Amino acid sequence: MGKTIAEKILSRKSGTDARAGQVVMADVDYVMVNDVTGPIAFREYEKLDTCNMCKDRMVLIPDHYVPNKDVASAEQAKEMRDFVRRHELPNYFEVGKSGVCHQIMVEEGFAAPGRLIVGADSHTCTYGGINALSTGIGSTEAAAAFATGRLWFKVPETIKVIVKGSFRKDVGGKDLIIKIITDIGVDGANYKAFEFHGDVSNIPVADRLTISNMAIEAGGKAGIFPCDDLTREYIKDTVRGDYEPVDADPDAEYCQVLEYDLDELEPMVAFPHLPSNGHRVRDTDVTIDQAYLGSCTNGRIEDMRIAAEVVKGRKVHKDVRFLVVPASQKVYRQMIEEGLMQIFLDCGAFISGPTCGACLGGYMGILAAGERSVSSTNRNFIGRMGDKASEVYLAGPAVVAASAIAGKIVTPDMLEGQ
Amino acid sequence: MDQVKGKVWVFGDNVDTDQIIPAERLVSTNLDHLNDYIFEKVRPGFAQEVGKGDILIAGRNFGCGSSREHAPLSLMQAGFSCIIAESFARIFYRNSMNIGLLLVECAVDDPVEGCEASVDIDEGSVVVDGREYTFPGYPPFITELIKSGGLMNLVKEGRI
Repeated sequence: MGKTIAEKILSRKSGTDARAGQVVMADVDYVMVNDVTGPIAFREYEKLDTCNMCKDRMVLIPDHYVPNKDVASAEQAKEMRDFVRRHELPNYFEVGKSGVCHQIMVEEGFAAPGRLIVGADSHTCTYGGINALSTGIGSTEAAAAFATGRLWFKVPETIKVIVKGSFRKDVGGKDLIIKIITDIGVDGANYKAFEFHGDVSNIPVADRLTISNMAIEAGGKAGIFPCDDLTREYIKDTVRGDYEPVDADPDAEYCQVLEYDLDELEPMVAFPHLPSNGHRVRDTDVTIDQAYLGSCTNGRIEDMRIAAEVVKGRKVHKDVRFLVVPASQKVYRQMIEEGLMQIFLDCGAFISGPTCGACLGGYMGILAAGERSVSSTNRNFIGRMGDKASEVYLAGPAVVAASAIAGKIVTPDMLEGQ
Repeated sequence: MDQVKGKVWVFGDNVDTDQIIPAERLVSTNLDHLNDYIFEKVRPGFAQEVGKGDILIAGRNFGCGSSREHAPLSLMQAGFSCIIAESFARIFYRNSMNIGLLLVECAVDDPVEGCEASVDIDEGSVVVDGREYTFPGYPPFITELIKSGGLMNLVKEGRI
């Protein structure tokens, strides 16, 4: 019997014949922590009486509450900085040379095809977009991985997703993943992986990263794409070291098969308070107070280009705050070089440097009771971006940008005359 | 730790980690008293009501969302001896087992808040308000984790 991509990577990294359902001990290529999850890991690690440390495999990226939002978050970020200095860790990314952790893991070439990567952040599954098996873990097990370079994994069953055709205008990865989560539910892939097949070469890598990023919103351990020419081109200038792509065997066993015709997919929006509450945008009628463009889901340069194209020559609705938050310094710089900053400034957007910020209700765009935000982020749980009586509607960059102009959730082609 | 008994608190499906402890509380200065903020947005005052040894019973997908270990940590600090749910989200499951918060995957029919529940790990049985349920055993590695008291103990003993 053949193997899925997840089974193959876990076989290789554990030195066993890994099959779905087993628990294996596997070597990880990288273990990542951020400013929120890091401190617990640092404390647990330093309780160990060991001088072993897998320094080269550790990546430390402050992003949730940096630049420091208040004294408490300043203390927390300092705890990471102190730990980095105390142990002379090479892979630390300071404010100004950094961004949202998952964007940095890809930009800085830690994530690559065939690798096994864990991160103390649930959206670590993002790198499945470039053929890695990557998944979110907790802080204590990050500390264990600091010390041993190994971790326990339950080998996941895999859901095969077959796509046909290509996205229409104003439709992208976000719309597909909202559709999938709506179809199977927020626990439809719990302890399972997704594997994408079919016309995946029609899906740009940025969209693949968006899709994989939200695998966790269906409970998934990972969402893995094959490695193709687009993948190799996307990472060629930045990847660290060699990498070995992994394909599924033709006779691999899947627990479920889903099929999607991309040509028929329409712009989607997920209503509060679960990512599975997906609707076609054209079936909705929701006024908004805020439009948020950014995050590890849709804060890449490709998302900024899509949004800029929509708002170019238009003005943000008088009752809306439009927040634009590039996912990294590199994206920020590219936005300047490509003239996108000018477009966003001209339309009346607020542009900040990279941070997780308001995506998780941290800062820089918190919602008051009764306020609504359309957001390119990944979660719309109760109180996620602010007061428990605020509401978050998840959508892709084109819909977020169009909604900022219209003052209600719309697609770009509904902006005629505005 | 083979048997626990306590007063029952009831929650529904898809209780996410933002509900268990909101993101704005996730700072290192709060790490020793995360229980002060438990369920503060969805059940204000809960932190004062819950007591040592209590048992939480929920539906499907308990602990979905963020990887924040603060979620199981806050439940432990609040005094919960065990969480019983029809199913758990995977990162929450890992985190809990790794730090020694007991989870039992078992569907309980219409539990009533305030009743008493007991769990026998070795027998694989749960009794809620006099009604008995059974749950399948843990995989060998998870049993080892539970018996050792958490992942870092295995690391200290050189077992991983």
